[in-house]
Amino acid sequence: MDIDHLVVMANQIARNLAARGEDAAVELMVEHIRDFWDPRMKAGILTADPKRLDRIAAKAIAQLGVRH
Amino acid sequence: MGYEPQADFGTPEVHSETSVTLTIDGRAVTVPAGTSVMRAAAKCGGAIPKLCATDNVAAFGSCRLCLVEVDGMRGTPASCTTPVAQGMVVHTQTPRLQKLRKGVMELYISDHPLDCLTCSANNDCELQDTAAQVGLRDVRYGYAGANHLGLETDSSNPYFDFDPSKCIACSRCVRACDEVQGTFALTMDGRGFASTISAGQAGDNFLSSECVSCGACVQACPTATLQEKAVKEIGKPERAVITTCAYCGVGCTFRAEMRGEQLVRMVPWKDGKANRGHSCVKGRFAWGYAHHKDRITTPMIRESIDQPWREVSWDEALSHTAERLKAIKAQYGARALGGITSSRCTNEETYLVQKLVRVGFGSNNVDTCARVCHSPTGYGLKQTFGTSAGTQDFDSVMDADVVLLIGANPTDAHPVFASRMKRRLRQGARLIVIDPRRIDLVRSPHVEAAHHLALQPGTNVAVLTAMAHVIVTEGLVDEAFVRERCELDAYEDWARFVSDARHSPEVLEAVTRVPAADLRAAARLYATGGNGAIYYGLGVTEHSQGSSTVMAIANLAMATGNVGRRGVGVNPLRGQNNVQGACDMGSFPHELSGYRHISDNSTRALFEQDWGVTLDPEPGLRIPNMLDAAVDGSFRALYIQGEDILQSDPNTHHVAAGLAAMDIVIVHDLFLNETANYAHVFLPGSTFLEKDGTFTNAERRIQLVRKVMEPANGGAEGKGLADWQVTQALANAMGLGWNYAHPSEIMDEIARLTPSFSGVSHARLDEAGSLQWPVNAAHPDGSPIMHEDGFVRGKGHFVVTDYVPTDEKTGPRFPLLLTTGRILSQYNVGAQTRRTENSIWHEEDVLEIHPTDAENRGLNSGDWVRLASRTGETTLRAVVTDRVAPGVVYTTFHHPATQANVVTTEYSDWATNCPEYKVTAVQVSPSNGPSDWQRDYEEQAARSRRIMGHAEAAE
Repeated sequence: MDIDHLVVMANQIARNLAARGEDAAVELMVEHIRDFWDPRMKAGILTADPKRLDRIAAKAIAQLGVRH
Repeated sequence: MGYEPQADFGTPEVHSETSVTLTIDGRAVTVPAGTSVMRAAAKCGGAIPKLCATDNVAAFGSCRLCLVEVDGMRGTPASCTTPVAQGMVVHTQTPRLQKLRKGVMELYISDHPLDCLTCSANNDCELQDTAAQVGLRDVRYGYAGANHLGLETDSSNPYFDFDPSKCIACSRCVRACDEVQGTFALTMDGRGFASTISAGQAGDNFLSSECVSCGACVQACPTATLQEKAVKEIGKPERAVITTCAYCGVGCTFRAEMRGEQLVRMVPWKDGKANRGHSCVKGRFAWGYAHHKDRITTPMIRESIDQPWREVSWDEALSHTAERLKAIKAQYGARALGGITSSRCTNEETYLVQKLVRVGFGSNNVDTCARVCHSPTGYGLKQTFGTSAGTQDFDSVMDADVVLLIGANPTDAHPVFASRMKRRLRQGARLIVIDPRRIDLVRSPHVEAAHHLALQPGTNVAVLTAMAHVIVTEGLVDEAFVRERCELDAYEDWARFVSDARHSPEVLEAVTRVPAADLRAAARLYATGGNGAIYYGLGVTEHSQGSSTVMAIANLAMATGNVGRRGVGVNPLRGQNNVQGACDMGSFPHELSGYRHISDNSTRALFEQDWGVTLDPEPGLRIPNMLDAAVDGSFRALYIQGEDILQSDPNTHHVAAGLAAMDIVIVHDLFLNETANYAHVFLPGSTFLEKDGTFTNAERRIQLVRKVMEPANGGAEGKGLADWQVTQALANAMGLGWNYAHPSEIMDEIARLTPSFSGVSHARLDEAGSLQWPVNAAHPDGSPIMHEDGFVRGKGHFVVTDYVPTDEKTGPRFPLLLTTGRILSQYNVGAQTRRTENSIWHEEDVLEIHPTDAENRGLNSGDWVRLASRTGETTLRAVVTDRVAPGVVYTTFHHPATQANVVTTEYSDWATNCPEYKVTAVQVSPSNGPSDWQRDYEEQAARSRRIMGHAEAAE
């Protein structure tokens, strides 16, 4: 999968959840990706450079990696 | 049924809690108070002669044929305008009345052509019937006097003629246009003998007038004055079948009136609960595509898209396709295969396609066109209310006091519902429009919005948050409702968030460009004006914050207590005829039918047991993800039933690249659509006239679609197949062993596996006419209004929705914002309507641009302009209009020659990937004509449509 596009998508989710508070946003983002992303998209985002991810997105993807 | 016209009770139904009993010609009858004597007589089997009365318009009392005698009452009152009274004794047939009626009828007939035997309305004419009813035998005045017999026919409308020589000046057409359609295009011009029906201004004909060709006048006409051209050409129908329209999400019920297997006309069915006897130009008239010469009726295959198509038998097409799919699955795994279900097809067909993908292909890579329209509705309403559907039936609008219309243009996109809404607005309900463009409802005859918030495209969330700010900070919240019905913690978080000063209308005005005072007034009106009903469309969902906007709408409705009863609610106006149904049937890659997540073990086990397979517990790819994965090489085969993603989806170049990268693209459609340019297998489809099944409209109303003719897609073998049969045959070619004999059996399986459909069957629908889901033990007769005693999820959930601007920004190179939409006469990608006479109203897409922006660029209406974005460019003609604000331009996407989606971007909704069609930064400049790309595209399309043995391409 196009990692650049996945990074854009992840950051967009993070920005839209940010107003719910960081901890909640991270948890919601993990749930969101688990519920709506196909396995190859999940695998793709786990290979993205965390520095390209917003803070909430980076935390969520790290958690997703642990649970995956 | 035979052809007998639907019963006409003369005056509209009256709802009253009080009943009145009277005697008519010796028969006792009990009717609601306020009912006319005419209707009461019709209800007890009588038939009072009438000409100016019909039950879809108010009584008028002009023809003087329906006179009756009432004991104790002087004279002979008109029964249409006389209400019933308790104990009233009415006589409808007396020598005195017969004499009076005969005298009136003589006057009518003295100025009417006596060509009954050759008239196209012969034996289907109310004037003729009434003459017989009153026993007319002679016309004492003769026929030599002044008359109207020489008046010329107006044939300008492509679907019906207006022959004033046959007009009896009853004004039913004028009143139908006013009361039913609400367009006010017709008038009675002149007085007395000089009275004539006039469309528009003097000098107009029907085509040049404001007439929207809805057909209400034709339906109302008691003579051959306004009549379908098809009836003149073909003749009187001999049988009728009740079925459901296949255009928009309103889901109108029609009588398909037939001669043998030939469709003569579609007439709206008065008992249809979605349309109540009304129609629009598409459903009523634009069905000619069903037998258009472009229709492909033979299966075709080819190895590569450079080759011409080769016509083959069904057997060869299906076995070839199955072998290719099996080979790809063996080599690349199940997740390399997927399908797209059609929101144009029936519930049963959609269900079968998703079942084929999950069971036969072995993946969850199934999606539907709701991805590009209302997927944010599914997400947003599920989060807040607990289910993915609108809360009301259409009738509910008649109890609304304030209508809040956001990002929807019902007079163009949902015209029959718009007529109902306009009727309510004429009765005094107030209207708030939130739309960047001045849609017709902002100001049209006898309708004027109280507020039009012409926001900057892309700022919906900011506007709704500012409205919430006003409602919370000014103390307008319905606290009792919130306390009783909603999660309090979530409400408090939300209320705190929206109350922040940075969300005030004054602060957000800089972003939204909506004057703060207007926004405050609109918020106060919605919160305090009585029953507040929200209706919204794709102007809400097709944004990078589509899901947030849906949740912001739900928040507003909950905060003001506008959920769970008649006259209120949150109502998504769904686009396609069966987009609600396609979503209900498990067309999304993450959920099975009834919106149950694929990762849920117990749900999956239910299906696994019924289907005898193991299902993938991981969600599949959505349409945009499929295209990305195809370019990446991990997605290689796609079965598309009834959808044209190349024309309808954003960033055409990217869609084309994705399709071109796949090993096999199977298009199952009526026509060689744009997507078929990249297909390797073409399976000819069947129209809604050629199949049985069900559609579910925007009100969750499940309605039967009934077959009126055999499928035309028999190819050389002559054996046509409905779309569900094609999918079943493909499944069986892959070895699945399905044996559904009729769509009703598919619905039985759906009901067995889907709790919200457990009470649905074709037999039950046939009996009830239609049912709104959920239909189950708790709601045996369906659910017109949802969340009445509590939200589906339990307590309503407020969600904080922060305004996050889209990444698509204007700048020096692309200073204008493009937004897209639809027009009344064309439908979606136009595959159907472009193949009808509807193109007379809209033969090409045009670009609306504000006079200031046009002047800065030296543009006039009719000029060719180049429309360019960061994604691509196209050319089309400009229309200079102040309907759009400065800085905003607008176009439609009905024509492949324009390909508006070459320009739109890949930005999409954060939660659902619904494309952001409504916001694209563009530049507009003068042009000499079609771009090189457009010329290349046309050449490529023509090349890819070649069929071996045929002289020219099919389109």
